[in-house]
Amino acid sequence: MTKNLRVKSSEYIDETNRISFKFNGKTYHGFKGDTLASALLANDVHLVGRSFKYHRPRGIMTSGSEEPNAIVQINPGTNRTEPNVRATEVEIYEGLEASSQNCWPSVEFDIGGINNFLSPFFPAGFYYKTFMWPASFWEKYEFFIRHSAGLGKSPTSRDPDIYDHRNIHCDVLVVGAGISGILAAKNAAKNNFKTLLVDEKNELGGSTVYENNEFNKIDNKTPSEWLKKEIEELKNIKNLEIKTRTSVAAYHQYNYLLARENLTDHLEAKDKTNKIRQRLLKIRAKKVILATGALERPLIFNNNDRPGIMLSSAIKKYSEFYGVACGSKNVFFTNNDSAYESAMSLYNKGINVEAIIDIREQSESKIVKKVKEAGIKIYWSHSIVDTTGYKRLNSISIMKLSNDGTSVTGSKISISCDCLGVAGGWTPAVHLYTQSGSKLKFDEEKKVFLPNQNTSEQISVGSCGGDFKIDEIIKNLNQKLKDTLNINETDLDSIKVEIDQENSKRNIWLLPSDKPLGKTKPFVDYQNDATAKDIKLALREGFRSIEHVKRYTTTGMGTDQGKLGNMHALGIIADTAGVKMGELGTTTFRPPYTPLTFGTIVGRNVGKFFDIFRRTPMNDWHVENKAEFENVGQWKRAWYYPINGETMHQAVQRESRAARESAGILDASTLGKIDIQGSDASEFLNRVYTNAWSKLAIGKCRYGLMLNEDGMVYDDGVTTRLSENHYIMTTTTGGAANVLGKLEDYLQTEWPELDVYLTSVTDHYATASLCGPNSKKILKKIIPDLDLSDENFPHMSFKESKIGNIQCRIMRISFTGEHSYEINVQASYGKDLWEKCIEAGQEFNITPYGTETMHLLRAEKGFIIVGQDTDGTMTPIDLQMDWIVSKKKYDFIGKRSLYRSDTMREDRKQLVGLLTDDPNIILEEGAQIVSELNQSPVEMLGHVTSSYFSPNLKKSIALAVVRGGKDMMGKKLFVPMENKNINVTVANPVFYDEKNERLNA
Amino acid sequence: MFLINCPYCGERDQQEFKAGGEAHIERPKQPTELSDDEWAEYLFMRKNIKGVQFERWNHAHGCRKWFNMVRDTSNDEIKAIYKMGEKPPSQ
Repeated sequence: MTKNLRVKSSEYIDETNRISFKFNGKTYHGFKGDTLASALLANDVHLVGRSFKYHRPRGIMTSGSEEPNAIVQINPGTNRTEPNVRATEVEIYEGLEASSQNCWPSVEFDIGGINNFLSPFFPAGFYYKTFMWPASFWEKYEFFIRHSAGLGKSPTSRDPDIYDHRNIHCDVLVVGAGISGILAAKNAAKNNFKTLLVDEKNELGGSTVYENNEFNKIDNKTPSEWLKKEIEELKNIKNLEIKTRTSVAAYHQYNYLLARENLTDHLEAKDKTNKIRQRLLKIRAKKVILATGALERPLIFNNNDRPGIMLSSAIKKYSEFYGVACGSKNVFFTNNDSAYESAMSLYNKGINVEAIIDIREQSESKIVKKVKEAGIKIYWSHSIVDTTGYKRLNSISIMKLSNDGTSVTGSKISISCDCLGVAGGWTPAVHLYTQSGSKLKFDEEKKVFLPNQNTSEQISVGSCGGDFKIDEIIKNLNQKLKDTLNINETDLDSIKVEIDQENSKRNIWLLPSDKPLGKTKPFVDYQNDATAKDIKLALREGFRSIEHVKRYTTTGMGTDQGKLGNMHALGIIADTAGVKMGELGTTTFRPPYTPLTFGTIVGRNVGKFFDIFRRTPMNDWHVENKAEFENVGQWKRAWYYPINGETMHQAVQRESRAARESAGILDASTLGKIDIQGSDASEFLNRVYTNAWSKLAIGKCRYGLMLNEDGMVYDDGVTTRLSENHYIMTTTTGGAANVLGKLEDYLQTEWPELDVYLTSVTDHYATASLCGPNSKKILKKIIPDLDLSDENFPHMSFKESKIGNIQCRIMRISFTGEHSYEINVQASYGKDLWEKCIEAGQEFNITPYGTETMHLLRAEKGFIIVGQDTDGTMTPIDLQMDWIVSKKKYDFIGKRSLYRSDTMREDRKQLVGLLTDDPNIILEEGAQIVSELNQSPVEMLGHVTSSYFSPNLKKSIALAVVRGGKDMMGKKLFVPMENKNINVTVANPVFYDEKNERLNA
Repeated sequence: MFLINCPYCGERDQQEFKAGGEAHIERPKQPTELSDDEWAEYLFMRKNIKGVQFERWNHAHGCRKWFNMVRDTSNDEIKAIYKMGEKPPSQ
């Protein structure tokens, strides 16, 4: 039933290797070397998708990564499915399945196609204009819009593939392996530059490799013959690494480029497993040679989007490279000579070319003469005014173009055809060039944007640099290579080129029709269905900036990023607004050049490698004892230890009671620990903490509060003096790295005269915090010969001792208000220490408790947690911690700021305790506090920072920051919640054991 | 992502470094003798230049050393790098 349009054997197609694949459920055959697009075209399938907005039938338009229409879903319904893949880039393999996107129930019959007939109602900005009223309806609109939005479908199950990253450093990176790239890479490598050559295709050679124009000769060979010999020679060059199927996605500053190397996408499923699918190459190149080529432009005319309408260069590639005829009745529509080369290419293979429509008045080049001799009808000064054929082009109508090119005259001629090649000239692929920050300049004569100001060591060669003829390409490449590589001679010096190419071109951005513009559909952005009239509408509505017009009309915003139509959009804007193209500038070309998979971006950083996490040495014990964990910074901390199906609340209540009634144990290993040594260590602490440190005796501990220079509390912790010039500082778990950074900053930049050395030892020690009235008895069992009397080992002091053979540091300090000890051992003994404590504590019902209970116990005592009760806007005075701010010290970090008019305001938010009138109601952390209920607008006084139900006090307690709270003791306030108002009373933040009697119990 | 030539370690990727704001703002030796305005000038006021800027950088994931950099903020060109305490290069 389907026609076979294979016309000749091609050396790039292995006709002995027949491959079957499925498209939209139907089985087709192609050969090894085919892309999905070439294989479909060989089977006479043009209709492959529907457009985004109007659901118009669309066909394959190009032969490369610029494809806007033929985007398909690969392997639908499997865990390897991938949406929005360009059929022109998919190499077929046995078992490949692909389907059309954005159509239902099928690409042949698509319900959404009704949008095409409703299109007068969907002008540019339709969504912005329509779904504005009433504003409250947005959520309802959104539901429907979201359902109809999007092209392909994301996979729903886990990606089975492996992805990888690799860093590459090279002297010269050459992007693009067409004729310029190959010659550049060869000469760079031969001159001892470590060179990397990448190309997005699987074969080297670009378009020259199938260039058989008989009027062009290099060293008396056709360009294709000559280039194949050059490619052959590349294999023997040292210093040269070649990567095919590798697409450069991004070009950042400092010649840092990201490229995606495709390793298994062209393989059968059985060959994909356990291999790296794609690798992100992070390339640092000393010099970059861009040889990215040029993209052919379409022409913008009425109904220029039908399946069967393709780029002229694509038709040539399908015929020369893949040996496939795209149609049996071909017509070309052009403004320059390149369509004639395509026409001759078909003619020479016996494929029927009906006519060439040329908007120019005349051309006398050899290739045009050749076409005339072949008897192909040429219509000079004619333009296509309309096309017909819903799912496949079947005819075009042409009319004579007026001299100024703005209208058509005379009678309409209809030409029947099934394939139309359009040739609107060439656009240098400058995307990567501009990504690097370099600037373009508009060339009025060639009507292209060309590289102008380079910002890094780079050159653009070949057609991406504006050279379109082979002789110019080689001549300019030669000079640029010599300049940039600083060499005197190259292979290119002796190359003889004979060519006969004309550059004559007539540029009309929007071609006229016999119908008024409003009744035509001249598509500029095929994927997003933006037409020339949408652009003109945007200009009429007042949009001027190209960036605004782009967003309003969605021109260039599809997955193809408008690689084909952007230049026309600019041209139409310039013509309509009466400005010069050069003044208009371009929209920004953003990375990636072609879409990247998420897998490639994240590489190996998936699953458990997604983020770093840190575990304490006791972690295994917590896991074995069924602890629930919470993330604190990168740490996994035991949160609570539920027994027999307890809820979190039940577990925390039990743990909290046990810690106060008998004994509790907490894994405190995560606390930041900084070893401070040097003869100026005491002076240093004096400068960084608010309180005085010079008089701290050896073997004693002190709590310190650290401020930022703006006077706000930054961190807190206990620091112990181990010897004359040796301290160990503890910081909050989350603040450890930042505190060290800050201290280093002051040491290195403000006080380099101080003799102080800082070392992070957080990971070197494991810490078990033993607390409760029986903690002393437990410690005694573990270390029988240590004198634990209050006289020998009082609160806030330190002892060095041994548990068996294990050296340990013990601080008698307390974050719970109970008599407690923090025992530090070398990290590798952490679990051993922990188990010894548990075993010794058995008879006292020692209860392991997690971070939640720790928070509750300290809240009962009114101890703050930096970062929970403070938020970077609280001074120590705001926290009612005036006692810790030394009045005597001349200076410390943040001191001056405590006397600024703003920090001295009486009505700052201050930390207070809050008790609910109903002791069983637990406030929500973050809840707002007000003094009046029926005020409008209501004045927020502050918010709840910590809130718990205290099992030891048998009532709920909370800490809060309240404006002017210091003077509100006993005042009644309200916490309004969604469905009730909670009555609260301001209280002393120390709820439990105000006299600290338990510390020595 | 630019390359930074740490004066202690050599050329490294930008992601190893942390920017530390404007350079050559010395902490006043006698803060308590400053007026609110003078203190605020030190504490809050920073330049935000499009063009050549003197900055502090820290090799946070390397040697942890602070150093100075002269960078053009418009194109991220690094003009000079010098150690803490060294005189800035004249423009």
